[in-house]
Amino acid sequence: MFYRENGQYKTTYAADQQMLPILQDRVFMAGLLVVAFVAVPFFASDYLFLSLLIPFLILTLAAIGLNLLVGYCGQISIGHAAFMAVGAYAAYNIALRIPQLNFLVVLVLAGLIAAAVGMLFGVPSLRIKGLYLAVATLAAQFFTDWLFARVKWFTDYASSGSVSTAPIVMFGWTIDTPVKKYCFLLAVLIVFTLIAKNLVRGHIGRAWMAMRDMDVAAEVIGIRPVYAKLSAFAVSSFYVGVAGALWGFMHLGSWEPLAFNLTLSLNLLFMIIIGGMGSLLGSYFGAAFIVMLPILLNQLPTLLGVPISTAMISHLELMIFGALIVFFLIVEPHGLARLWAVGKEKLRLWPFPH
Amino acid sequence: MKKNLPTFILGIVLLTGLVAPLATGASAPGFYIEVLLGGLMAGVLYSLVALGFALIFKASGVFNFAQGAMVLFAALAVARLAERMPLWVAMLLATAIMIVLAWLVERLVLRPLVNQEGVALLMATLGVSYFLDGFGQTVWGSDIYKIELGIAKEPVMILDQLFQGGILVNKEDFVATIAAAALVASLMLFFQKTATGRALRAVADDHQAAQSIGIPLNRIWVIVWSVAGIVALVAGVIWGSKLGVQFSLSQVALKALPVVILGGFTSVAGAIVGGLIIGVGEKMAEVFLGPVMVKAFDLAGGGIENWFAYVLALLFLLVRPEGLFGEKHIDRV
Repeated sequence: MFYRENGQYKTTYAADQQMLPILQDRVFMAGLLVVAFVAVPFFASDYLFLSLLIPFLILTLAAIGLNLLVGYCGQISIGHAAFMAVGAYAAYNIALRIPQLNFLVVLVLAGLIAAAVGMLFGVPSLRIKGLYLAVATLAAQFFTDWLFARVKWFTDYASSGSVSTAPIVMFGWTIDTPVKKYCFLLAVLIVFTLIAKNLVRGHIGRAWMAMRDMDVAAEVIGIRPVYAKLSAFAVSSFYVGVAGALWGFMHLGSWEPLAFNLTLSLNLLFMIIIGGMGSLLGSYFGAAFIVMLPILLNQLPTLLGVPISTAMISHLELMIFGALIVFFLIVEPHGLARLWAVGKEKLRLWPFPH
Repeated sequence: MKKNLPTFILGIVLLTGLVAPLATGASAPGFYIEVLLGGLMAGVLYSLVALGFALIFKASGVFNFAQGAMVLFAALAVARLAERMPLWVAMLLATAIMIVLAWLVERLVLRPLVNQEGVALLMATLGVSYFLDGFGQTVWGSDIYKIELGIAKEPVMILDQLFQGGILVNKEDFVATIAAAALVASLMLFFQKTATGRALRAVADDHQAAQSIGIPLNRIWVIVWSVAGIVALVAGVIWGSKLGVQFSLSQVALKALPVVILGGFTSVAGAIVGGLIIGVGEKMAEVFLGPVMVKAFDLAGGGIENWFAYVLALLFLLVRPEGLFGEKHIDRV
């Protein structure tokens, strides 16, 4: 009833090409931003920030990165935590060795290094695809796991092999409390989402999607697979590298080499499957889902008064993840984002059936 | 010839790696052969897991990420059941469980996803593998269990008149190798000589043609997944008796992925040869290349066997994407 685009005429090219063409969507987005920037910092507790919101924001960034590669370009990767690790360790080393550098510069440099490594491991994608590529990305995963655990230079010769970061100071602003971290991360995420959104609706994103849908046809119409695939790997790894750096500096604070292991890679993959492949909104949904599910599972037994051991919960978590993946692939291959779109479509017609 | 040159060069490099420790006198021949045998034994186990992958991929085009989880699940089942009953009854029961599992996977996962792309199926098997990991540990428990095959574990000294110090060999390893060889031989017989085996090969060749001459695809898939389940069972029992049955088993089984890459996805022979190459390669790399690298790059310890297999497979993909024995059908783009 309220969600109608009747009477909203597009009279300029700018109006035709804007990201949210419907007025109600723009109002909703503005409201959401106000809530996220103003209301949440006032009302949310530290626990909520630390265990839910901060991981959610960072993992969303990583999921967007992976989605650009898997969902938009169709190149599967089951080793993306490797590029998170590259980003985290690159940021750590840059911040350690050039302390006067602004954190934003450190972030971008870490992302660029991750992008370079991502392109390196993306080179096999030029000759192979699909399942074979999965193994190539697994190689990235296990190699970086080993690299950061064994090469002492990366961890600054720490005897335990784990590294810890100093609080971030930027333009004289120390990001130490959960609220500040949240605001900073939210700003970063919004900027990166905007960039991603514009990438995928521009010619680069269209080249990726053409590559995904049918590579031979894409080549025939003049898209060079080398550029399309490697640029997807580079952008994706850049995003994931930045997310990795943020994960290390903002969420973990100090971490050991196995913080970025295969489980994290698979979790990222699950986020985009459950959230929706080839959808930026889906990355948000998926990350929220994966962050919330373990917490819900931990709280639920106590709420219901049924005592379940922690080991049992972790097994249940595995089972629920597994079952959900299969369920989503069968029932809704486009994930939660598709459900959202269906809901919006229904809302447009409501209260009429057609 | 020109196209084979990179393969040739890679082969030379691998051979050099194989011979170098001996030729440069970096190790005693006895120790060298021990490492070689150890690598072969590990390779046999990788081959067994890879065999399951190759079977399923051949017949249904599914890249079964859950093979490792199946190995763990089967091993857990045998280990826990054997606490209450004789080992052979436990193995039979576990076999039955694996067949039921195969049927369930076909019914609940594969059938609804029929005609989907390979990548979607891969992710579905990822889901299956998570589910199996959780389910297995819920039902069977998550401690470390032992499978006692009743074979002496103490090493036997052989060839001690030939080399100084002789070669230490585990009797169990020999039994494992023979069991694996017997399994492969019976699989070969099954595929070549029985009507079901012929049907399986027909499905592997061409789904539609097989279906049009009256081969029921669904039943074939159940059979293939059952066979893969049984292969997983054997691999799980052998590995479990060697290392103990524990969660890390399903991670180690991931090594079968580079093995099938190396050998070629669709080839049973490739799975075996690939497994042996990877097994020997990573043991050699760990024992002989590891210390050199630690010294050269000032590392905090070896452990290169964790990634050696994957990087080897990656290099192999670049020079010969279809693997050693695979079909040469990959459209390059």
